[in-house]
Amino acid sequence: MTESSLESKKNNKDWEPKIIAFLCNWCSYAGADLAGVSRIQYPPSIRVVRVPCSGRVNPYFIIKSLTDGWDGVIVSGCHPGDCHYISGNLVARRRFAILNELLEFFGIEPGRVNFMWASAAEGERFAVLIRKATEIVKKLGPNKKFEKKW
Amino acid sequence: MGIESQNNEIQNKIREIARDLLKEKKVDVIIGYKKGTLPLVSQPIIIDKEEDIDTLIWNNLCYVNLAKYLVPRVPKLIDPEKGNLKVGIVSKGCVGRALIHLASEKKINLNEITIIGIPCNGIINRQRIEMEIGEQEILEVSISGDNIIVKGEDFEKTFPFEEYMNELCKVCKIKSPPSISKFPNLCVGDYQEYSSLSTDFKDVTEFEAKNPEEKWEYIKDSLSVCTRCYACREACPMCYCNLCFVDQNKPIWFGKTTDISDIIVYHLIRAMHMAGRCVACGACSSVCPMGIDLYLINRKLEKIVKERFNFTSGLDPDILPPMVDFKMEDAEEFMLEED
Repeated sequence: MTESSLESKKNNKDWEPKIIAFLCNWCSYAGADLAGVSRIQYPPSIRVVRVPCSGRVNPYFIIKSLTDGWDGVIVSGCHPGDCHYISGNLVARRRFAILNELLEFFGIEPGRVNFMWASAAEGERFAVLIRKATEIVKKLGPNKKFEKKW
Repeated sequence: MGIESQNNEIQNKIREIARDLLKEKKVDVIIGYKKGTLPLVSQPIIIDKEEDIDTLIWNNLCYVNLAKYLVPRVPKLIDPEKGNLKVGIVSKGCVGRALIHLASEKKINLNEITIIGIPCNGIINRQRIEMEIGEQEILEVSISGDNIIVKGEDFEKTFPFEEYMNELCKVCKIKSPPSISKFPNLCVGDYQEYSSLSTDFKDVTEFEAKNPEEKWEYIKDSLSVCTRCYACREACPMCYCNLCFVDQNKPIWFGKTTDISDIIVYHLIRAMHMAGRCVACGACSSVCPMGIDLYLINRKLEKIVKERFNFTSGLDPDILPPMVDFKMEDAEEFMLEED
């Protein structure tokens, strides 16, 4: 795709954001699965990457996703206290708290990167939150800040 | 008392203490500062002989954080037979904090170290002066009263010291190494109690109030001159990884160009790694060949860690740094929730 056609695509009213979602294997991935088998509708904007735990998500994964042109990032793990690895999500939470503030400090729009908890039994919640995140990112528009010139 | 006479007094004291320490064989080597080869800089020096003591200096240009030389130990500090040598280290407030923080990360053993504590009255913002002098060559720098006097071949300029300090030094509260009750004999010079550390972070909140576009423009403008020389990393006492994330090339998961997005990614991740660890010494800004001042980002980190985890780096070697610790009741107001 040439740059101009990419540009016109992004300016299009029907533009749908592309969001990369890092889901933990034990809760959120199963939650997404449940949403699927329960036939709960949510926007097809997310592409899922399955990770063993939200603690596995290096902040660089998130930033790299933004530089690679993803419009939004979602990281989802087990609720605090439910982590399969006891404390992986608690460690991750501190990391995300700092990353979130730093991204905002650097001028990335708040809402571009979203963090959430969803357990394996919460298919409905998962769908609702994905709907919400998609809406936020859609409002922000395409991610252009990190675009590489070459 | 002027800054100059204070400096001279401190300098004499350092030499006196260092001489005693070496004579009594309490330490094997002393790490300190010596006069630089250019007027606006100083150099670190490692001394193991008594006759070299008079090369030790102290002035407002000693910007290097000497804790850097302990992790990893430079070869001069390791004896083939004795192992790690006993080190005496000339230590202003931020060097002391760096040592304590490194001890909390189990990188150094405080028992092997003797701190020569000195009260620091601020480091001159070298880049800012160089920038204002422009292309003319600076031949001599001196301090008289409250002014910095910069002399060249056909010019002489004075700068008020209070204003031309590092931004981090202006808000610094810990001027000499913080005291640790567990190690009463650690310090042979000045010690400082750190009861009042309240800071209002006015500079950071001012910046935070801007909208995302303004912030992005500001960050982009100030970082766009970065040449990715990694001098900030080399000067930082906390950057001790054997293989830095920017040097990992299997796979190359980190852009190596000086494109603005790659630069910002570097500075973002650098900031992530500094969270809860930065001791606000300003060495990164002082060594930057492009004159980028990272103080705002470092202050922001200080603010996040203070507000979220009530932690100030480099005060107590027994408290776990916030990024290796967690609590069940940590704030999670940033998480996405159902309405």
